[in-house]
Amino acid sequence: MAQPSRPSRFPLGSFVVIAAVLGGGAAAFAYTAGWLSPERLSRERVLAALSPPGGPAPGHRRNHTKGLCFTGSFEANGAGAALSRAPVLAAGRYPVIGRFNLASAVLAQPDGQARVRGLSLSIAGPDGSEWRTAMITAPVFPVSNVEAFYALQMAAKSKEPGAMGAFAAAHPEIAAFGRWAGSAPWTGSYAEERYNALNAFLFTDAEGHDHAVRWSVRPEARPVPVPHEQLAAKPPDFLDGEIKARIAAGPVRWTVTVTEAGPEDPVADPSKAWPEGRRTIEVGTLTAEAVQEEQDGPCRDINYDPTVLPPGMRTSADPFPAARSSAYALSYQRRAAEAAAYPHSAPGGRP
Amino acid sequence: MTAARFSPMQRLLHWLMAACILAMLFIGVGMVSTLSTRYLTLVSIHKPLGIAILLLALLRLGLRLRRGAPPLPAELPEPMRLAAHLSHVVLYGLMVAMPLLGWAMLSAEGYPVVLWEGMRLPPILPQSLETYALLRQAHGLLGYAFFAVILAHLGAALFHALVRRDGVFEAMAPVAGRVED
Ligand code: HEM
Ligand code: HEM
Ligand code: HEM
Repeated sequence: MAQPSRPSRFPLGSFVVIAAVLGGGAAAFAYTAGWLSPERLSRERVLAALSPPGGPAPGHRRNHTKGLCFTGSFEANGAGAALSRAPVLAAGRYPVIGRFNLASAVLAQPDGQARVRGLSLSIAGPDGSEWRTAMITAPVFPVSNVEAFYALQMAAKSKEPGAMGAFAAAHPEIAAFGRWAGSAPWTGSYAEERYNALNAFLFTDAEGHDHAVRWSVRPEARPVPVPHEQLAAKPPDFLDGEIKARIAAGPVRWTVTVTEAGPEDPVADPSKAWPEGRRTIEVGTLTAEAVQEEQDGPCRDINYDPTVLPPGMRTSADPFPAARSSAYALSYQRRAAEAAAYPHSAPGGRP
Repeated sequence: MTAARFSPMQRLLHWLMAACILAMLFIGVGMVSTLSTRYLTLVSIHKPLGIAILLLALLRLGLRLRRGAPPLPAELPEPMRLAAHLSHVVLYGLMVAMPLLGWAMLSAEGYPVVLWEGMRLPPILPQSLETYALLRQAHGLLGYAFFAVILAHLGAALFHALVRRDGVFEAMAPVAGRVED
């Protein structure tokens, strides 16, 4: 067919093919990056949901924001080898960089108001591998999955009167957490708390057998219940002062325990406790020997990502560690970008 | 026309790495967009595959320096010639820089660089939050730049193959095609 108005050999079809290939490639990329689906639950949205009313404190963690560093050791007794071939569970003494913290995204959170407290550990194994864990005082997590975690943050900050009620009705699993929060005694010290990893992980023993486990650290110090009103009346940083004074007087210890799931126990849902009486092994002793202010302390720049695990430990069907790893990475990226807003107070203050 | 083509090894590496690098870019942007358990799966592919690309890129650069490249067609206009050379330099640079940035940023974070269980790379930088911040931003931005340059490169390759039909595409084609001379 003659087309006098255009050079007859203009390869229109070829250009269409090229444009289609490039456009298709770019669209596939944008789709994969989530740019075409803003309704997808992204880590950006989760951090936005965690953000307190005035916005996050620049340079600080986006959750469990207020904290204090400590250093010490983990002395493994070797009994953990029954569950995992992780070198850090073989008998020996390994250095620890830890962090006491409050489960709140508010930097100025008064210590007496935080119902949940946290303890984070980075334990350096003899082979150079690391075991990181971030645990809390609650015996169960309030929700069973990440979507519910997001919905909980949104309900908690909502100004609608019935928002929390509606959330609890839609997520009945929160009742167990609510019972603990309403009835468990408060204490006046980080040293008197038990901290629970809550998420389930898989331990692999020397024979190659997998064991689904959760771990905890149990205080050597006897917990002394203190009425909440009394704690609320204390200075906002009383927990920091208390633990500094206590550790200055001598090391503070916890027993590290690992509990194995029964065959029917829920592995993928940290809002469900496992029944009492499950095989529990004391694998060693955690000792806090010195406290450092976070600003100049060694814990400041650590990402306590719960998926940093030594050989012999790995994630399980529990969906939380993956979500936490992703969210903590973005939190870390943001606070690193804001490092100038949270500088060391003393030059060379950090080891 | 045999002299006008890249060596079989060079072609093999080009196409193998093209597949790996495209996969890496999609894995990279896909993983940072998700909170699901896919996140850990993608990360656990991203790190070893990224280091594999680094090794292949070094091998490929060595080969390129020894074997050279077939000349571009004499009638190719000077600006296109320049664009081709510059874009190839950028592509080579990024396929080395991206994995090094990934490795270096994790080092600066003080985060163990575990390729698979029991396989851990040593840190290549001391821990530093400020350095991490710079490298992390660079890894992200250069990742997007990489994809843009690859799209332009792909467009140019198709332009040579479909429009100019000047043998440039055939020089890198996996199998010898028809070359109209
Ligand atoms: C999807 C669920 C969760 C999300 C989105 C989330 C989010 C976060 C974020 C963004 C941080 C700050 C990380 C950083 O900048 O380094 C953080 C810290 C922390 N989280 Fe979570 N978290 C989740 C679940 C949990 C669970 C199940 C536990 C405990 C069992 C927990 C305990 C902690 C602790 C103790 C810290 C403080 C870590 C530190 O000292 O650096 N979180 N969380
Ligand atoms: C992920 C992506 C890719 C990367 C990183 C990449 C990289 C490169 C590099 C560095 C060169 C220069 C070779 C040299 O001079 O030593 C090259 C050449 C070439 N590439 Fe790619 N490439 C990619 C994808 C593609 C695709 C998808 C096509 C085609 C559809 C393609 C077609 C070509 C052709 C035809 C040449 C030869 C150019 C010449 O003769 O100078 N490439 N590529
Ligand atoms: C050819 C090599 C590589 C390419 C093309 C590549 C590409 C990407 C891209 C596009 C992203 C998403 C960036 C963003 O949106 O911010 C990313 C993130 C990332 N990459 Fe790479 N990467 C490469 C190699 C590596 C290597 C070798 C490592 C580590 C050993 C690595 C570790 C990471 C990490 C840790 C993230 C961020 C994950 C997060 O924020 O959750 N990358 N990469």
